[in-house]
Amino acid sequence: MNAAQPQGRRPRRLTPGRIGVYVFLISAALFFLLPLWIMVVTSLKPMEEIRLGNILALPQMLTFEAWSKAWSSACTGLECHGISVGFWNSVRILIPSVIFSIIAGAINGYALSFWRVKGANILFGVLLLGAFIPYQVFLYPLVRIFSMTGIYNSLTCIVLVHVIFGLPTMTLLFRNYYAGLPIELFKAARIDGGGFWSIFFQVILPMSTPILVVATILQVTGIWNDFIFGLTFAGRENLPMTVQLNNIVHSTQGERAYNVDMAATMLAALVPLVIYFVSGRWFVRGIAAGAVKG
Amino acid sequence: MATIPIRVPNLAASRTTARSRIRKRLPAAFALLPTALVVLVVYIGCMLWTVRLSFTSSTLLPKLDWVGLAQYSRLFANDRFLTSVENIAIFGVLFISGCLILGFLLAVFIDQNVRGEGVFRTVFLYPYAMSFVVTGVAWQWFLNPGLGLQKLVRDLGFPNFTFDWIVNQDMAIYTIVIAGLWHGAGLTMAILLAGLRGVDEDLWKAAKVDGIPTWRVYVSIVLPLLRPMVITATVLLTTGVVKLYDLVVAMTLGGPGIATEVPAKFVMDHLFERNNIALGTATATIMLIAVVSVLAPWVYARYVRPQGRHA
Repeated sequence: MNAAQPQGRRPRRLTPGRIGVYVFLISAALFFLLPLWIMVVTSLKPMEEIRLGNILALPQMLTFEAWSKAWSSACTGLECHGISVGFWNSVRILIPSVIFSIIAGAINGYALSFWRVKGANILFGVLLLGAFIPYQVFLYPLVRIFSMTGIYNSLTCIVLVHVIFGLPTMTLLFRNYYAGLPIELFKAARIDGGGFWSIFFQVILPMSTPILVVATILQVTGIWNDFIFGLTFAGRENLPMTVQLNNIVHSTQGERAYNVDMAATMLAALVPLVIYFVSGRWFVRGIAAGAVKG
Repeated sequence: MATIPIRVPNLAASRTTARSRIRKRLPAAFALLPTALVVLVVYIGCMLWTVRLSFTSSTLLPKLDWVGLAQYSRLFANDRFLTSVENIAIFGVLFISGCLILGFLLAVFIDQNVRGEGVFRTVFLYPYAMSFVVTGVAWQWFLNPGLGLQKLVRDLGFPNFTFDWIVNQDMAIYTIVIAGLWHGAGLTMAILLAGLRGVDEDLWKAAKVDGIPTWRVYVSIVLPLLRPMVITATVLLTTGVVKLYDLVVAMTLGGPGIATEVPAKFVMDHLFERNNIALGTATATIMLIAVVSVLAPWVYARYVRPQGRHA
């Protein structure tokens, strides 16, 4: 998985073939950048300018009004407090969900890859299969269980759901990482009389920084972008940003304010985008580690 | 995982009796207990509960009667459901093959020692960081005929240009495919590029000596070598297909009419809005059967059979 050294063919001078390569790559890049460009310029235009068409053009009258409106006064139904409500809800959901799901994954991965527990392989197999099963299969019974225990539609509920459905990926991630650590290390710690938890905290956890970073990136992006769980389990008081964005865009009363919609969309995309651009290679590593190695 | 202290030629370890070994493993088993509980209650329990509900006549509230396969026969006479199945098939085939082809091309072209490789990679993959809701809203705005792409091209001097797929019953599902491709092609590119970088340099030298054209090497030699990556990407994309829901909700709300309904949305609507639990759970069960029959062999071969850590 060492992506540092470009291989393939040797670089040559500018032949028609080389030009073709760049033409293809640049047109592909334009395709991928187009929606982002449109979102940004639309969000910076006043509605009069948007009505003229020319969706690609730079704003002639640059205005940040749509952004402030999207943040603090855009309406979803009767509530007009902007998408900031959803932003803070997402933050409140995100932090405990990420922390608890990573703790659970690390402990599971450690127990699965260093300790021989009866039935652990079956557990892991079922857990993995669970990762592929459509959520729709679990949703209704889960809603019933949570209603019975009285935590349905609460912050606890949505955090719990994120931890539960984060288990397969997180466990797989940590198990694979720990499987790559030298077993001699663990054996030495055992001979020194280390127990389950002392080896975990004193030997394994200090070596886990890379995978903790990868897991954090993966979970922050995943949980921030979640829609279906937020919609189903968070309750009206805790709706995450994605759900609120969808409500803002689809609550059509009168003319749609495309600039506000696009500003809200940009705001909802901001956290994962920042993570993506800051983390760079680590982001790719996260996807790859969750999938390719096994 | 394999043998823990058994083969270690060490006195301290060999002195460990079987019983104390088990005692020491107890905390490990204990640590796995919550997960085991979740697997039992949520992954297995809720799944069975859903399957059981699909054989009942539950509407607003769950009942535990038994109506056999009645819900399933209703389902297969339901236009909305049949459209959903057709749509997910169209989306699945086009999205997966499209992502693989586009992803492979992008990876190969990036692998030509191009300048600004990092920039291209970043640009191709960034959509994957964004949510489907964001993707859907952005593409909906871009493709709306009134002010989006169609108007843009018409204003450029092609007054008869028509691109109204998103409001066209027959074509709307293809706009979802386009948005999906935009979101997922970069992921495939990243996975395949990692594979390309693992290809032995000698192979290229040998091919050069033999005078084999580059494209031929990619198609006939490199692509077969990338098989594991292609499979991984396909599996990832397939799970994305089955979960397709947010993108449709954000982009078309299943419309125009029922033109872009998908099974996951069918389930959600029937469970939480249309008060038809039995029909919703029956659909969920069909989704479950579809996924398990496709993925069980793969998961078994890849993760369960090679036991433990030295897999």
